[in-house]
Amino acid sequence: MQRSQFKYRPIIGLEIHVQLATRTKLFCSCPVVFGAEPNSCVCPVCLGMPGVLPVMNRQAYEFSVRTAIALNCQIAPFTKWDRKSYYYPDLPKNYQISQYDLPLGFDGAFDVPVDGGGESRRVRIRRAHLEEDAGKNLHETPGITQVDLNRTGTPLLEIVTEPDLASADEAYSFCVELQKLVTYLGVSEASMQKGQMRFEPNINVVIADGDREYRTPISEVKNLNSFRSVRNAIAYEIERQINDWLADRDYVIDKRSKENRGWDDNRGVTEFQRGKEEAHDYRYFPDPDLVPVEIDDTWLERIRASVGELPRERQSRMARSYGLTESDAATILSDKATADLFEQAASAGHPPTLGKQFISFWSAKANERKVAIAALGIDAERLGQLSLMTADGIINATATATIAEKMLACTDPPRTIAETEGLLQVRDEGQMNAWVDQAFAANEQAVRDALANPKKMQQARGFLTGQVMKISGGQADPKIVGKMITEKLANMAG
Amino acid sequence: MAGAISEEEVRHISMLARLKPSDEEVHRFSEQLSAILAYMEQLNEVDTTDVPPTAHALPVHNVFRDDRPGSSLSPDQALANAPQRDDNFFAVPKVLEQDSV
Repeated sequence: MQRSQFKYRPIIGLEIHVQLATRTKLFCSCPVVFGAEPNSCVCPVCLGMPGVLPVMNRQAYEFSVRTAIALNCQIAPFTKWDRKSYYYPDLPKNYQISQYDLPLGFDGAFDVPVDGGGESRRVRIRRAHLEEDAGKNLHETPGITQVDLNRTGTPLLEIVTEPDLASADEAYSFCVELQKLVTYLGVSEASMQKGQMRFEPNINVVIADGDREYRTPISEVKNLNSFRSVRNAIAYEIERQINDWLADRDYVIDKRSKENRGWDDNRGVTEFQRGKEEAHDYRYFPDPDLVPVEIDDTWLERIRASVGELPRERQSRMARSYGLTESDAATILSDKATADLFEQAASAGHPPTLGKQFISFWSAKANERKVAIAALGIDAERLGQLSLMTADGIINATATATIAEKMLACTDPPRTIAETEGLLQVRDEGQMNAWVDQAFAANEQAVRDALANPKKMQQARGFLTGQVMKISGGQADPKIVGKMITEKLANMAG
Repeated sequence: MAGAISEEEVRHISMLARLKPSDEEVHRFSEQLSAILAYMEQLNEVDTTDVPPTAHALPVHNVFRDDRPGSSLSPDQALANAPQRDDNFFAVPKVLEQDSV
């Protein structure tokens, strides 16, 4: 069967867990600490002891609503908490507190750039709800599973999209934008290394054979924890499903139930996991220990006011007001602290030149050190000053790069560095005249040729400018030198 | 018994709870759970036509706490009642390698 005789259209939805940046857990005052001694951040509530009473963390609720607002969700005026029952050692209560039929946010939309940033795709948000994380099972010791319950009860915001994504790259872009959004909102640190964002894509493929359409069974890839693994796992799944269908026409959604698959990052493949338990097996019911939440207009407006400027709004504004391209603005905005630094530096500098310098050598220096530009330790004022000096033409491109390099190693202002290193362009007329005279004296033949043959004028002017730059050690301003040489030649001819 | 919990349902719930009751127990639990349900059935005799559904028994909402850290137990305290520990971890029989949430 020829693969090329069919058309393939992937359908992808995402379920994303974002760990909220609260100081304490969702239902108890145990601190949320990454890398703490196992079972040192636990108490009777998160250990699931009998007779304890969970109390909701207000900050976690407000962070969730803030995010839901930024995702253009409807905010439920009334929400409640439900128990999702299942038995697993990392969840000692034998149920997870979650939201079942009344999520705090629903029917939202999030625009993400696709096709390299020129276009954007609107991805509908089905729901956003708050729930508690489970602990960690470790499987390294033979014969037993080790359980660390420090993470148990950590607040997670679960965001579920409609299946509106059409490729692995689009899903990747969505995840990147969402990370940007939650860090901008200040609701999550969203660190991949700390597992603070976890992704579960749902994937299937519509296969068109002329007028007939076939759909492969939906697979859900569990617990991906990097953007790269999201992209790779989805790309792999699309290929696998197409190949499985080509090999077996019964590999269609009507004949198979949804399956869970796990991503093996080392081998770059997904593997079949247990069949998904039917939703009713979780036996959801309202948690009698937690009272409902009602949000009134005053409270909602207060949270709405905390949303602030969103990354995409900021990108447009920065592009507009600083004379940057959208893609340069996007690069600067990929880290909030760097964008803040840029805006401070721009007020003390020349914004378009500063933009070029951020995109070129500052980001190169940051990449070398594997940090963001904001973490290079150069203050906004010095960054601004350097951009002004370049824009004013008092230092050339080579000198700018040299000064930038030196700025990393000291705290001197760029002008001081330029003076110390003799990198300022000289504009003093007397000095410039002396250099021009010197160049004319040393190259009499070229001067005579230029005067005798107007066709050689242009070439001679370039040559003499180069000679002056050489004599001045690169310090002469080439524009002024060029003008002086033209005038001098004209005088001699005249 | 009408509307009862069948033995099959008892087995299904046991599987979800990772329990393995004997046949005799399955039979007994089926009868006991059915009896409990039958008792609760009496509630259906109340006319609730004009009563709006409620998610909670108390007329209370918006009970929150501030996001301020308090004290936790030490690992020794946390593990004091564990049937088995390994270093500062709870030790349980080997489970399938997967995360639950």
